[in-house]
Amino acid sequence: MISILLSLYWSFLKVGLFTVGGGYAMIPLMEAEVIKVHGWLTPSEFLDIIAVAEMTPGPISINAATFIGYTLAGVTGSLIATLGVITPSLVLLTLLSKVLLQVVRNPGAENFISGLRSGLIALILLASFTLGQTAIIDVPTAMIFAALLIGSLVRRVSPLYFIAAGAILGLLLYPY
Amino acid sequence: MASQAENPAKTESLWSILLTFFKVGAFTFGGGYAILPVIQQEVVENKKWVSQRDFADILIITQGMPGQLALNSAIQIGIRLRGTAGGLVGALGVTAPSVIILLIIAAFIYPVVRHNEYVQAVFYGLRPAVVALIAAAAIKMGREILQGWSAVLLCAILLIIAIVSQVHPILILLIGGLVGLILGRRNFLS
Repeated sequence: MISILLSLYWSFLKVGLFTVGGGYAMIPLMEAEVIKVHGWLTPSEFLDIIAVAEMTPGPISINAATFIGYTLAGVTGSLIATLGVITPSLVLLTLLSKVLLQVVRNPGAENFISGLRSGLIALILLASFTLGQTAIIDVPTAMIFAALLIGSLVRRVSPLYFIAAGAILGLLLYPY
Repeated sequence: MASQAENPAKTESLWSILLTFFKVGAFTFGGGYAILPVIQQEVVENKKWVSQRDFADILIITQGMPGQLALNSAIQIGIRLRGTAGGLVGALGVTAPSVIILLIIAAFIYPVVRHNEYVQAVFYGLRPAVVALIAAAAIKMGREILQGWSAVLLCAILLIIAIVSQVHPILILLIGGLVGLILGRRNFLS
């Protein structure tokens, strides 16, 4: 139990530390830790949790951390995973509070972060391919994916509408 | 940063910082950038805790530092109001609703409904929807961040390395960061 709590904390700490930009930026790291490194969840379980994390209020990665932590080690697990994902923000922002703007505007740090973001985009793209293999399994799911991808690129509305559309289309098109 | 040296006109109670960010965490959906306008409305316009200019600085820091956007903003605003204790309380406030709501779902709702056929049908549609949102996030970030051919090339090379080598994503991020650091400096010197 202790060892799974420590792994949970360490995994989610890494997710928090290397996620710059919020939102879906955490997907590739969380996917790697939870599915590939530890095998805690299957890709479809992971996607279900991300869907729930998206439709509930609050930051997605904190929601996902709570859910995944609970699935693996109950209430303690959920608190540990959540603490892991927020630890880097708490430590960095508190320790550096006096010099944050200088740190962020430092040319070296700016260059590092912009290079890191190039990598992040590659990783998010790759994560959408690997997760897509479990999500897009037949013609209806391919249609849902294509329609919502085009929709979210064309219209700037809350992701919540796309989640609602996915749920309704799923109810209508599911091979009962 | 002069603004941080100034003392706020009145001292905000930790309780009010907690409640404000609890509200932000409890009533904002969608994560990421969706939360920032809500925080701005609360702390700049309603509470007048920080000026518009300070909020702009907070946003720059929020986006340049690791971590969730809402969490990073809450911690910084908390620190400006009440130092480290304020930062911790801001983080607690913005995180607590997520933990409470998701625990209820994970413990009581999801296990009961997950094998229901209609719930299966909903998730059958939600999975491609989530993948579409993730792919769209990559494309939107790409449009915004990949300016200039060197950034596009770096992204393409890192994508190929990630596909071929199966290394941990953190390594890809670190390689990207280091290349950015080196290339950026060379451009800066020349």
